[in-house]
Amino acid sequence: MDTPFEPRILAFLCNWCSYAGADLAGVSRFQYPPNIRVIRVMCSGTVSPHHVIRAFQKGADGVLVAGCHIGDCHYIKGNYMTLKRMDFLAGLIAFSGYQPERLRLEWISSAEGVKFAEVIREFTEKIRALGPAPGWAAVPLAVGA
Amino acid sequence: MADVVDVAGQAGRFAVKVFQRARYIDMDKCIACGTCAEKCPRKVPDEYNSGLAKRKAAYVKFPQAVPLKYVIDKDHCIYFEKGKCRACEKFCPTNAVNFDEQDRELSLEVGSIVLALGSEHYNPETYDIYGYAASPNVVTGMEFERILSSGGPFEGHLVRPSDHQEPRRIAWIQCVGSRDPHHCGNGYCSSVCCMYAIKEAALAKEHAGPDLDAAIFFMDMRTPGKEFEKYYNRARDEKGVRFIRSRPHKVEPLPDSGNLMVHFTTAEGRVLQEEFDLVVLSIGLQTSPETVALAGRLDIELNSDRFAHTSPFRPVQTSRPGIFVCGAFQAPKDIPVSVMEASAAAAECGELLAAVRGSRVKQVVEPTERDISAEDPRIGVFVCNCGTNIGGVVAVPEVAAYARALPHVAFVEENLFTCSQDTQDKMKEMIREHNLNRIVVAACSPRTHEALFQQTIKEAGLNKYLFEMANIRNQDSWVHQSMPEAATQKAKDLVRMAVAKVGLQQPLAEFQLGVSKSALVVGGGIAGMEAALSLATRGYPATLLEKGSALGGHGLELHAAWDGQPVAPYLNDLIGRVQNHRDIEVLLNAEVEEVQGFVGNFRTTVQAGGKTREVAHGVAIIAVGGRSLEPEEYGRGQSDRIFVNLELDRAISRQDPLVAGARCAAFIQCVGSREPQRPYCSRVCCSHSIENALRLKALNPEMDVFILYRDIRTFGSRENLYRQARAQGVVFIQFSLESKPVVAVTDGGKLQITVQDPVLQHPLVIAPDILTLASAVVSHDTDPLAKQFKVPINAEGFFLEAHMKLRPVDFATDGVFVAGLAHYPKPIEECIAQAKAAASRAATVLARDSIMAGGVVALIHKELCCGCQACLQCCPFGAISYLEQESRCEVNQALCKGCGTCAATCPSEAISLLGFSHLQLYTQIDEALSA
Ligand SMILES: Cc1cc2nc3c(=O)[nH]c(=O)nc-3n(C[C@H](O)[C@H](O)[C@H](O)COP(=O)(O)OP(=O)(O)OC[C@H]3O[C@@H](n4cnc5c(N)ncnc54)[C@H](O)[C@@H]3O)c2cc1C
Ligand code: SF4
Ligand code: SF4
Ligand code: FES
Repeated sequence: MDTPFEPRILAFLCNWCSYAGADLAGVSRFQYPPNIRVIRVMCSGTVSPHHVIRAFQKGADGVLVAGCHIGDCHYIKGNYMTLKRMDFLAGLIAFSGYQPERLRLEWISSAEGVKFAEVIREFTEKIRALGPAPGWAAVPLAVGA
Repeated sequence: MADVVDVAGQAGRFAVKVFQRARYIDMDKCIACGTCAEKCPRKVPDEYNSGLAKRKAAYVKFPQAVPLKYVIDKDHCIYFEKGKCRACEKFCPTNAVNFDEQDRELSLEVGSIVLALGSEHYNPETYDIYGYAASPNVVTGMEFERILSSGGPFEGHLVRPSDHQEPRRIAWIQCVGSRDPHHCGNGYCSSVCCMYAIKEAALAKEHAGPDLDAAIFFMDMRTPGKEFEKYYNRARDEKGVRFIRSRPHKVEPLPDSGNLMVHFTTAEGRVLQEEFDLVVLSIGLQTSPETVALAGRLDIELNSDRFAHTSPFRPVQTSRPGIFVCGAFQAPKDIPVSVMEASAAAAECGELLAAVRGSRVKQVVEPTERDISAEDPRIGVFVCNCGTNIGGVVAVPEVAAYARALPHVAFVEENLFTCSQDTQDKMKEMIREHNLNRIVVAACSPRTHEALFQQTIKEAGLNKYLFEMANIRNQDSWVHQSMPEAATQKAKDLVRMAVAKVGLQQPLAEFQLGVSKSALVVGGGIAGMEAALSLATRGYPATLLEKGSALGGHGLELHAAWDGQPVAPYLNDLIGRVQNHRDIEVLLNAEVEEVQGFVGNFRTTVQAGGKTREVAHGVAIIAVGGRSLEPEEYGRGQSDRIFVNLELDRAISRQDPLVAGARCAAFIQCVGSREPQRPYCSRVCCSHSIENALRLKALNPEMDVFILYRDIRTFGSRENLYRQARAQGVVFIQFSLESKPVVAVTDGGKLQITVQDPVLQHPLVIAPDILTLASAVVSHDTDPLAKQFKVPINAEGFFLEAHMKLRPVDFATDGVFVAGLAHYPKPIEECIAQAKAAASRAATVLARDSIMAGGVVALIHKELCCGCQACLQCCPFGAISYLEQESRCEVNQALCKGCGTCAATCPSEAISLLGFSHLQLYTQIDEALSA
């Protein structure tokens, strides 16, 4: 019997805001789907495009990168780097024929337990609707001009 | 939960009696699981959410409370009311509830006292013309903050209280409970409400979309803080917030719709009305009766506005020596200035108690660390039930069994409470007994408990970084309560990820760097001198660098502080004390040439009086000030009857015949400020002009005095000056940027000003004998100094602090601080407070014998580095430098804060963030997805 598709989502959360927001969702008992696995990083700026691609290569159906709101990064401008990198990466993913919707960037503060739960709910449903990821290896490499 | 009952004694030795109310929950035992609140049957309006939501009688004030410990509200608890209930006690998994706890009295012996009593919000219930009591859809600014908050009563959905419908039209009404001696007795301006109203309107638009109509009714828009004017401009021009210059006379609740009719009169005298769905009253700040009573008990003086009385020259000193004040109890003010004053108050305490510094400090003995370099990983895993918080959802025995089978795991244990003292002791024992060299705790959050467990393993001889947590409570059992199987699977995955990560972890070294216990202060104005003096008083030598040939700066030109106290006596005394202090070296005609080194260890080359020398210092304070703009408009330069304010100060003092003989005087405000090329408010000029207008009136009460202004920004108690000026017949005429006054200088040297009269709507001609231009305060050419110290400046050349709100005198670069006009235009008392704040922050470095570096920091593997310098640009803290000779980059671990941005940038992955290395992250990713 086929088991229904359960999305596998990896989340990189910065220690100071988004991870704290996820903790607060817990303190407030906001329920959300159990599909995410969290990797705590010090700053969203710790996450490189390689890390995200690795996740897709290893079979993640979706990847969430979350950090402090712009202007609130504990390291002042780490999340500006994140913004640039993830923007670039989304472009790269689209360019290589993969689905950029599987990568999501969010700013979630330590006070936004509600938002954290909502983001996870929404993203899980979205990935569920997209279906299983095709697998990065299966994506043909773009041939440059 | 504690009140000061009484303070006896004097500065240096106070005896304080404190009354502490019982909490009925043992803080040591409470694990903040919230079971008590869940089981408590009593619902109470939640003060934190301004009564818009309910809480229980067993509660935490707000979810981010520090410490996160519950409390029983005796006044609403059923047991205290009726003698029965104690549900919380029954269900608390750690037996933390203790109804026998008693209130208690404590005596404290302290050397100094800081009053940070804050303010209460004005209650508009009695202000019946605004319908606050009559309609649920008239809310206060604070209630609206809660409505917008994602942790608030409506979970961040912008709805109005009556019917939970989304409002389409919202009005803000300013100055409710402020600038209004008649209705509420608060004549002063509350200083923060204009900015918070703009912020709320802008946020409301973000929540509800651009179609939301957000209208702010105001008398003067007061945005005199750093970057505030730009925020105001954006709200108006980009977000479409409407600004209506009028103080409405009535808000009328409409019967069926729940809507509100706002009645107001425009500047031209037209009587209008507009309908809104929600009205927000921008309530002011005031001193609470409790605080007034406490001030009485402490015997400190309040001013006529019921704030703590202070002198502009000692801005945080109350009338009782040894008792200091900061924040909104000193005067209504916003967060940045409150934070600044907090540090200033700390500096005052430090100065007062300098002689006994460190006399009650106990030395901690560091345990010795076991060398594990030759050992294979032997990982101990502790899985917590957290009472039933985890065990009630996650099958903890199954998780423990799973952990046992993971590679390198040598020991696994389940605990009822892993954080309890006996488990800590047990953990140390197991580390020794099983020769464990890495520990994983699967429990709550590293954000709250990592430090505790790290301390434990440290005491057992392990490097504290050989540790990892799996968050199976906050991020698992608590959020998947009805899915035990999935939660158990997730717990296993999280444990597997943590075990794999910690297995790769190496001990991280922390090392100590020496500190040069002295300061370099750049700039010899009021701010620089106050900073140097504060440090020297605490025993830290300072080198004070002044570009000019004398100390004093702009203070030399100022006549009086805003409250009328003359500046000269204060300044002369200050200069004398600085020059005579044995720990201050003053270098005149001096400038910085080159800066090397970093926090604790700077070496700066300075040019002083033609000679070059090197200064070694641990910290630097930049206090280079600013200058008055030389106006290029309004006829400036065409007549000696046209002054700028600093010139008028002197002209009045020396009774210049032009001034003494004048029968009519005019001022034009915002000259060069709040213009497209200089979009900021110079903060000091409104008060300055009004002070001078009053001095002219004192000189000759018959003189006609006109002030042409855009908004009068007499924040705080300065508003009293504005009222006084109007009472004395000073005429205020409002103009807009689009229709600025026109000044003509006739051939005979007479002045003529034409300005549009906002009431009569036709041009008005004034022929003053003297005209004063309130010219902008601008920055010096700060770029070179900024580059030398590797600190940023903003678009207008003012130094840019590390955080606009929370770190007002720090830079991101450690060991460098800013104070005074170099940061932003500000009056004397704020310069002094900021100077003391900078000294206080600097002293946190100088007080240490060494600086700890290392731990979670970045490391460049030189053999992989190709010298591309990509990392150099991205480091927010200037911690990376390029070694020319080796063509490689290097991280200064004393400056690195461990954000890891460089590691993610490096194209060769030559940089590791220790504790979060690429290998560890890849391993975690792989493990997360391997099941
Ligand atoms: C609606 C509203 C919106 C605002 N928005 C902004 C904004 O957007 N940005 C901004 O910068 N500022 C804003 N402010 C201003 C900001 O809140 C204040 O600048 C700041 O909170 C003042 O800090 P404080 O520590 O002086 O006072 P408070 O925050 O009032 O803290 C004083 C503390 O002392 C305690 N206390 C009082 N009396 C005693 C006693 N006798 N014994 C022991 N403890 C006591 C109080 O319980 C309180 O916890 C806003 C204010 C209001 C009302
Ligand atoms: S003018 Fe002053 S009192 Fe009135 S709303 Fe603005 S800041 Fe508050
Ligand atoms: S980890 Fe952050 S602070 Fe440290 S060197 Fe890298 S970028 Fe700079
Ligand atoms: S610390 Fe949260 S994004 Fe940088």
